[in-house]
Amino acid sequence: MKSLILFLLPAALMAAGAGDDSFVLRGATVHTMAGAEIANGTVIVRSGKIIGVGKNLAVPKDLKVIDGKGLQVYPGMIDAGTQVGLIEINSIRESEDTTEIGKFNPQLVALTAVNPSSEHIPVTRFNGITTVATMPEGTLIGGQVSLIHLDGWTTDEMGVKPRAGLQLHFPTIALPGGRGGGGGNPDADPSSPLAAARAFTTLKQNYDKEMAELNAFFEEAHRYKLAKDAKMVGFKPDLKLDAMIPVIDGKEPILVTARREREIRDAITWADKQKVKIILIDAAEAYKVTKEIKDHNIPVILGPTLALPLGEDSDYDQAYRTPAALQKAGIEFSFATLTGGSNLASRNLPYQAGQAVAFGLSHDDAIRAVTKNAADIWGVGDQIGTVEEGKWADLLVVDGDPLEAQSQIKMLFIKGKPVDLDNKQKDLYEKYLNRP
Amino acid sequence: MKKLALLTLISTMAFAADAPVLIQNATILTITNGTVKGSILLQDGKIAAIGDKVMAPPGTVVIDGAGKYVMPGIIDCHSHIMAEAINEGSVSVSSMVGIPDVLNPEDIAIYRALAGGVTTANILHGSANSIGGKTIVMKMRWGKDAEEMKFEGAMPGIKFALGENPKRAGQSAGGRGAAPTAGRYPATRMGVEDVIREAFNDAVAYKATWDFYNARVAKGEVAIPPARDLKLEPLVEVLEGKRLVHAHCYRQDEILMLLHVADDYHFKIRTLQHVLEGYKVAKEIQERGTGASTFADWWAYKIEANDAIPYNAAILVKKGVLTSLNSDDAELMRHLDKEAAKTVKYGGLTETEALSLITINPAKQLMIDKKVGSLEVGKDADVLLYDGHPLSNFSKVTKVWIDGHEYFDMDQDVQDRPKKEAEKKALVTKAAAEQRLGGGGGRGGNNSAAQGVPQQ
Repeated sequence: MKSLILFLLPAALMAAGAGDDSFVLRGATVHTMAGAEIANGTVIVRSGKIIGVGKNLAVPKDLKVIDGKGLQVYPGMIDAGTQVGLIEINSIRESEDTTEIGKFNPQLVALTAVNPSSEHIPVTRFNGITTVATMPEGTLIGGQVSLIHLDGWTTDEMGVKPRAGLQLHFPTIALPGGRGGGGGNPDADPSSPLAAARAFTTLKQNYDKEMAELNAFFEEAHRYKLAKDAKMVGFKPDLKLDAMIPVIDGKEPILVTARREREIRDAITWADKQKVKIILIDAAEAYKVTKEIKDHNIPVILGPTLALPLGEDSDYDQAYRTPAALQKAGIEFSFATLTGGSNLASRNLPYQAGQAVAFGLSHDDAIRAVTKNAADIWGVGDQIGTVEEGKWADLLVVDGDPLEAQSQIKMLFIKGKPVDLDNKQKDLYEKYLNRP
Repeated sequence: MKKLALLTLISTMAFAADAPVLIQNATILTITNGTVKGSILLQDGKIAAIGDKVMAPPGTVVIDGAGKYVMPGIIDCHSHIMAEAINEGSVSVSSMVGIPDVLNPEDIAIYRALAGGVTTANILHGSANSIGGKTIVMKMRWGKDAEEMKFEGAMPGIKFALGENPKRAGQSAGGRGAAPTAGRYPATRMGVEDVIREAFNDAVAYKATWDFYNARVAKGEVAIPPARDLKLEPLVEVLEGKRLVHAHCYRQDEILMLLHVADDYHFKIRTLQHVLEGYKVAKEIQERGTGASTFADWWAYKIEANDAIPYNAAILVKKGVLTSLNSDDAELMRHLDKEAAKTVKYGGLTETEALSLITINPAKQLMIDKKVGSLEVGKDADVLLYDGHPLSNFSKVTKVWIDGHEYFDMDQDVQDRPKKEAEKKALVTKAAAEQRLGGGGGRGGNNSAAQGVPQQ
């Protein structure tokens, strides 16, 4: 069988040239995000992988040449946390697969429920997003975050890293006023000190209970691993605990949602104790904890920059300035669109980064945040995130600045394949623009 | 009336205290008269001059606008900030209630909206009712009381709502096919039409009794006045063209339904709000001179938003519909400029067309365009200063004037932060000490009901 393929391959190449995932892109300015930009550069792609990037490269004869004159080439952008593929219509329960019943579901994998035919996929990549980390959610451990390419006939073809990290909502004592706080608890109305104290007591009890449950679950996972390693007689596999082994071994990161300073500090202390690797996500108050985050080398995935401040008396532009503050502190960070209806907003990822530029983040750092950093944080920096030899050719070709809303993506490649930029919305536009 | 005159006097006096402001060497986006490289003078609450070279009176504050952009204040045609209550959801016709009665001038969302360049907002009732409550146009005069923030002379409005939201209260929880429980009528789009028609039948009859009474009085006859009906009075104002209708809608069928209802009762729908499928019936909307106020790119958050396209505004503009972009949200409200930029990408509007969606067009929709919405001599000095082009994601608002008074200054805001932080610390320490002594009873925080609750 193998020999047959080997025999057929050169013949096919001779007949029709290389496959559509092989080409040379010439004449564009290439922003590799791994070094200086290359004016009038060349990118050579074969079988989906980049095999050459530079100036005046010799062009293999069998490859078709795409003219990129006047255009800009960037690595495809990566939304480091969203729910694209898992939700079609927010308000329709039947079209949503993010949240399972139960507090501990490490065995669930987001990719399982990604709908490759979701209309959100072409709509999102229209703006130059080629990869997303799509996240399950839950009260505590919601499941495994999957890194997916926004192209593919099947989930198998879309998967970049199905088990990229374990999603965990860190227990919180947040009073109303912040997302996740209060939860409709009438006792949580802080309009009087007495009610506030009562609300705090209730929330604190709940927090203590959840922390105890979380720690107990990790203890159980350690015991399970010991039993499994010891090949004990009568050992019964457990899918939940099995999924925890790479996590407690420190091989797989935990994606910890921790918005406020207290939760972030808590999460860092807890991770130290558990000896687990964490990534902070939606860490709105990370700017208050930069020293500890930096000292522990914890990457941060920020929620939307275009967000209201957490507190009524917070600075109006806090969310706008946080990315620049993290950059200044030397923290590796990226962006996620994640909030309510995140699947709607994923296409606006570049504008979240753009807003950070308006408030002090350098343009280069902003691009890096939505490309290289996101890939590195999710452990796929060897595959995607830059325009470099050996990586998948996830390329966006744009007529201007990819962080500006007015720019048009002219071409998009995922694993070297040209991606159709058409989508339902564009079709409707053309149809109704021409309505008599 | 006396009170109004007095208030006007007070506000005029307050504005008169502001020194004139001259912004020089700036790129001035007038919206209605092209781009001017030069100066703009704000004096006595109005735009006093725009041009190459502008003479300024002594005592004028001069601002170097080199590399900077000036544009008119942003007008948000759909907001719920300031409103302490949004929906009177117990009835499907709630025209007897009104947002003007529940305005909180201390809502921090006002300041945040200002910082995003919004100077005027149309504060609407929610969308739980086929015919909702009364609405009001406000200027974002942060620091003033609610009365002083009202947009002088702006027409009052009323909210209508079609589709999923008004019918939700009538829906059964028993799943598809289950008979609606004894919820609130209506539970379908058919019922929404019926509710509106019934209400206007009542309003027409009510108007007739008053017209009859007024005619008799005019003839000098003795007549007993009809009983007032606070629910129907606003609808009579709609019939008489004295109150603007802002109708929440999504699907093309319900849009067309409402246009037909308005035709039948001889009134106008001033704006269709959200109107995410407006692009499908742009012709019918345009023919009636009805305006459309939409989102740049929201979609798929519910089934009636499934066919929403980011090209909606562009199609509506190209088909001659007076169109604006609105926020309906305290967060989105802070970057309507960035939302406008998306219409350049989706549908290819020009920069001026894009900026018109958040300035002159909503001003026309609210019938306040004689005063605001563009930079023209004689108009209110509602002016924004940007550090770059307003349609760039890399630009931000640095100063905001309303009626020539500076209400936002980014540098000042940043500079005041340490002082405010210290003040907060002192207050918290004091409060903690009082609490230890058994005091208390103060307000511990205000989570505006208007925020975080999507009204779309």
